[in-house]
Amino acid sequence: MRGVVTLHADGLSKDFGERSALRDVSFEVSEGERVAVIGPNGAGKTTLLSLLAGLQRATAGTVSRPPEEIGWVPQQAALYRRLSIRENLRLFARLERVADPDAAVDRALELTGLADRAKDELSTLSGGNQQRVNIAIGLLADPPVLLLDEPSSSLDPRQRAVLWDFIDGLAAGGTAVIFATHEIDEAQRHADRILVLGDGELIFTGTAAELHAAGGDDDLVVAFVRVLEAQGH
Amino acid sequence: MRWLLLKDLQILRRSPLLIGLLVVYPVVISLLIGFALSRGPDKPKIAFVNEVPELQQTINVGGDQIDIASYSDRLFERVDPVPAATREEALQMVEDGEVLGALIIPEDAGRKLQTAVALGGSAEKPTVEVLYDASGPLQGQLVESLVDSTLAEANVAIGERITEVSAGYLNILLDGGSFSLLGQDFDILGLAEAERILGRQAAQLPAGSTERAELERIRRFAELAVENLDFSDEILSSISNPIDVKETPVGSSGGTTLESFAVSASVVFSLMFVCVLLAAGMLALEREEHAYGRLVRGLVSRGKLLAEKVLLAALCALPVGLVMLVVVALLADLDWGRAPLWTVGVLATGLAFGALGVAIGAVAREVRAASLLAFGLSLPIAFLALVPAGTVADPLYEVIRVVSAAFPFKPSLLAMDAALNETGDMWPSVLHLLGLTAAYGVLARVALRRFG
Repeated sequence: MRGVVTLHADGLSKDFGERSALRDVSFEVSEGERVAVIGPNGAGKTTLLSLLAGLQRATAGTVSRPPEEIGWVPQQAALYRRLSIRENLRLFARLERVADPDAAVDRALELTGLADRAKDELSTLSGGNQQRVNIAIGLLADPPVLLLDEPSSSLDPRQRAVLWDFIDGLAAGGTAVIFATHEIDEAQRHADRILVLGDGELIFTGTAAELHAAGGDDDLVVAFVRVLEAQGH
Repeated sequence: MRWLLLKDLQILRRSPLLIGLLVVYPVVISLLIGFALSRGPDKPKIAFVNEVPELQQTINVGGDQIDIASYSDRLFERVDPVPAATREEALQMVEDGEVLGALIIPEDAGRKLQTAVALGGSAEKPTVEVLYDASGPLQGQLVESLVDSTLAEANVAIGERITEVSAGYLNILLDGGSFSLLGQDFDILGLAEAERILGRQAAQLPAGSTERAELERIRRFAELAVENLDFSDEILSSISNPIDVKETPVGSSGGTTLESFAVSASVVFSLMFVCVLLAAGMLALEREEHAYGRLVRGLVSRGKLLAEKVLLAALCALPVGLVMLVVVALLADLDWGRAPLWTVGVLATGLAFGALGVAIGAVAREVRAASLLAFGLSLPIAFLALVPAGTVADPLYEVIRVVSAAFPFKPSLLAMDAALNETGDMWPSVLHLLGLTAAYGVLARVALRRFG
């Protein structure tokens, strides 16, 4: 059951010269809802997230919240490798103008489970732990909406499980989570709703069960491909 | 291996910045050098004023006429003389930068040289005046060394000629012979022969007679004269500088010596590398670490990010520049009272080079590319800024002047020189640097929008 709408994207389009990367995409996300954005390569997933995050300016359309109110976790860890975990967190907490930066840093360390390594330089952490810090930074300002671009792509299965527990916990706490992924299984398991993009167009919005039904197959990957094909993609 | 080679070539083809550095850069530098070599004057331009009246162009040394003008030809072998009618005209040419310096032979030069020769070098020597462009010490040093060496050659040549003529007469005085004066021929006995005659005459007189004793005294005198005049060639050759030189600097930096200038140059070179590399590298690092996107999506504006890097460069320039100057001041003669101006100069220099650095960092996305570009761009521009006026062709120098004004090295050098050596007003250069800081800041902002 969907709750109060916390983010509304209306008619988002993005052109790069002659090429149209995203065309008239509209959707809403509610508090505590987990939304997966899936689609083949070049479908416009990262473009959509970068418009929502304010990294790029939309050619047309609007987003109901300003970038400052949306947490952003890029695919590659956007961190300073020569700084420690605590120094990275403190820097971004200050830049986010968090009321109590030290408290926010302690909370983030607790969330990531890396408090005992707070003084370690980031370059000494594994890819999975770097990604946890990367996500923690996106959450420092306690945003109502969190965007994640393929958050599990660089992680091993065990680290993925820890990551998704973490994200599911955030959603349970009321944070709306929008993530782009190539992993259809992850979308099925961890998303309340799936947005399917094909060639920059939003061609499906619904739950995993509804995608099964639309594709006419019990296998969600097969169903996904059939939906794409049915739309001429 | 060929596939690897092909791959690398494909990568190169798709890296316009790298191609620019590897191909366009050496081509541009080669063109500049080639242009300079092919179009530049072989000799520096020197204005030449000869105020000596026509009749005094030659001097008389014991009846031999020496043409002074023929010795000026030696100077013209090394410089490109630009005739000027008066000292004022020559001065104006130096001030306007048309010539690197001016050589002025005053009206009384011929007369004084004639007197000096007649009195064996004891009279007042003639003095030629050299005006040189002192707006930069390199110009002054160039003209000074050029004129000094050439005049030294002329001095030696004139001195040799005088010595040669005088030595001829001394030889006649010693050994006897004949010479002409005012159309009359004179036959000279010579001291050596006189000594021998006197010796013979004295030997015929009775021993102990008063006449013999007096003749002996005269013979002894002749003998001593012969022995001592044998060294006269060497004494004459010591009169090797019949002409004096008066040097007059023209321009605002008249007080800068090459040593003082070297201090300013070394500080500016150091600050250039520190600031440009630091600002370019740190901005490129934001993108290399993928933090740039996170920062500019609302945490920090692009303008503030650039300003922070420029400020970082200027703040790092401060200890680097001041430590250098303090060390130099401990070893050399720097005026501690001007330390506040050193600080202003270093800060302005740091800001301008920092701004150039962020412009480079905004174009280059990687730290290594930024460093390479920073080195590649800074070094030749710094060297261009040191090219003295008058040493290359005028159109090329105009290009060099414009390029130098568009980059921070030259104004930094002028500002630091003024701050260290009291060579003029440093504030125009400081304003120039602040203007360049703003201009490169804008360029960096545009580049971030384009390449960010």
